[in-house]
Amino acid sequence: MATIGNNNINAKLVLLGDMGAGKSSLVLRFVKGQFLEFQESTIGAAFFSQTLALNDATVKFEIWDTAGQERYHSLAPMYYRGAAAAIIVYDITSKDSFEKAKKWVLELQKQGNPSMVTALAGNKADLEDKRKVTLEEARAYADENGLFFMETSAKTAVNVNDIFYEIARRLPRAQPAQNPAGMVLSNTPAEQSKASACCS
Amino acid sequence: MDEEYDVIVLGTGLKECILSGLLSVDGLKVLHMDRNDYYGGESTSLNLVQLWKRFRGDEKPPETLGSTKDYNVDMVPKFMMANGALVRVLIHTSVAKYLNFKAVDGSFVYNKGKIYKVPATDVEALKSTLMGLFEKRRARKLFIYVQDYDENDPKSHEGLDLNKVTTREVFAKYGLDDNTVDFIGHALALHTNDDYLDKPAIDTVKRMKLYADSLARFQGGSPYIYPQYGLGELPQGFARLSAVYGGTYMLNKPECKVEFDQNGKAYGVTSEGETAKCKKVVCDPSYLPDKVKKVGRVTRAICIMSHPITDTNNSDSVQIILPQKQLGRKSDMYVFCCSYSHNIAPEGKYIAFVSTEAETDRPEVELKPGMDLLGPVDETFFDIYDRYEPVNNSQKDSCFISTSYDATTHFESTVQDVLSMYRKITGKELDLSVDLSAASAAAEE
Ligand SMILES: Nc1nc2c(ncn2[C@@H]2O[C@H](COP(=O)(O)OP(=O)(O)O)[C@@H](O)[C@H]2O)c(=O)[nH]1
Ligand SMILES: [Mg+2]
Repeated sequence: MATIGNNNINAKLVLLGDMGAGKSSLVLRFVKGQFLEFQESTIGAAFFSQTLALNDATVKFEIWDTAGQERYHSLAPMYYRGAAAAIIVYDITSKDSFEKAKKWVLELQKQGNPSMVTALAGNKADLEDKRKVTLEEARAYADENGLFFMETSAKTAVNVNDIFYEIARRLPRAQPAQNPAGMVLSNTPAEQSKASACCS
Repeated sequence: MDEEYDVIVLGTGLKECILSGLLSVDGLKVLHMDRNDYYGGESTSLNLVQLWKRFRGDEKPPETLGSTKDYNVDMVPKFMMANGALVRVLIHTSVAKYLNFKAVDGSFVYNKGKIYKVPATDVEALKSTLMGLFEKRRARKLFIYVQDYDENDPKSHEGLDLNKVTTREVFAKYGLDDNTVDFIGHALALHTNDDYLDKPAIDTVKRMKLYADSLARFQGGSPYIYPQYGLGELPQGFARLSAVYGGTYMLNKPECKVEFDQNGKAYGVTSEGETAKCKKVVCDPSYLPDKVKKVGRVTRAICIMSHPITDTNNSDSVQIILPQKQLGRKSDMYVFCCSYSHNIAPEGKYIAFVSTEAETDRPEVELKPGMDLLGPVDETFFDIYDRYEPVNNSQKDSCFISTSYDATTHFESTVQDVLSMYRKITGKELDLSVDLSAASAAAEE
């Protein structure tokens, strides 16, 4: 969930979509400014954080990558539990990946966090000559389903920062009062635990 | 699928997922499969529709219970000791950061028909109405001894070698009566039977310390914590860990047949006509039914209620232990209750479990002492399941099989099984010592 304090917003952001659509590449481009042509999944890396400064708030994204669990349709629901935002990614050169993206939209609607900000990214926009999904088709679908939509390219960086900034702008500024927040177990010294003697 | 793996893990129950995560982190190549299309196996959490499907067939849940997706009902409900081994594993592996936890409000023990908060420190012992005036003072002395006991400081041992002296002898030294022994042994040290009385006292003293340290950690009403959205999140968290370290995940794989060579050694797993090769197979008992034996049965009741359990100071979450002797039984009975406060039910609803090792075929009768504590219930589901233990020789067949989940409502026995399997699979101990003192919690910012 997005949580705020003094205009600081912490937001869990997840990437969803077919294997090979470019989810990891989008994150890598956004977080590190890099692109690798034959991007192999990096062992041990599936969790990134990046802070964006907006006019009215600072947004700290905690970005979760799938760790490859989407490959055999085995992504665990806890992956998108509590997410404040999701980017559903398809590859504009693959009809199949667009159909997969629609399935993810349905799944998130069913899961039902109504305040989740959901973006649809048509990635690999640099591969215009291989395009299989038209801009119009995708835009119409996005409009029907209340998603905001951009075509992106992790390779050329087109629209990559933009999509993350747009999500940051759309995150609710005032969160509804939540069920008392839980605690995150961590390695911090014992003194700090007093503050979190929370919970009932 | 036709690749070669170091380990193939079958079943995504909590134990299998922890092992899968630990083995992937060790750099082993892991393939993890489940015949179901969801994570968690026997230790999954169900929503209302799934719960009804499992226990009531075609019937639909009544609308008065609220939205199905607000429910996350654990099939194997357990609380975690705040300083216990599972928390150390969670921190050691950083899986803790995928999840949110909250303290459990209450820890109670049943005594002569009534329930009492479990006293765990010298101060609490004096306040407790569980013991008479003189007994309190005796218990207080034992608690002080336990709190001050330091394995490395002989002065604190007061002349007792706890590796030799039995627990019974230590209790006798402090002159504790049977009732006190009962609650200390079962509700504080979390022993499941009375064998510990004739074993070296060190184990019980360590368990008492763990309880007291865990209680101190959050200044809550109990030493326990529990994840928001239920335990089903735990196997998923460890599965993600495994995937992050290169583990491959396949749900919804029918059969999952383990293949053996002519020497009876497992060499792979076949599903949907494809065989993945491996050096070792790790699984729950249901994947290798010929290599396990039935060792008991757990009988339990799952109840949906609209109020907290009577006499628990309105605890939103609570554990009550009913020691065997109090009930004239051979095994303890456990009551677990959780609610909206941990996001496992909609506002105003509570989920209670009463469970014990079955001694009869009639859960309704057998579970009555625990059920009587609950007060009125909206819905009750009775269930009995068999417990299995492996009987194979892992050295010969390369199969490592977990033990079924027992009736306890805490994780101590579960983690011991995982750690011992890890030892057998890798030939080394999992080193959790580095995190011992560091384990603590920070508030979510
Ligand atoms: N041309 C082009 N290739 C891309 C783009 N994004 C990703 N790729 C390539 O597509 C492949 C799959 O990308 P990856 O990020 O691993 O996809 P994931 O499975 O969704 O995480 C890799 O070879 C990437 O280099 C893009 O915008 N343009
Ligand atoms: Mg990827």
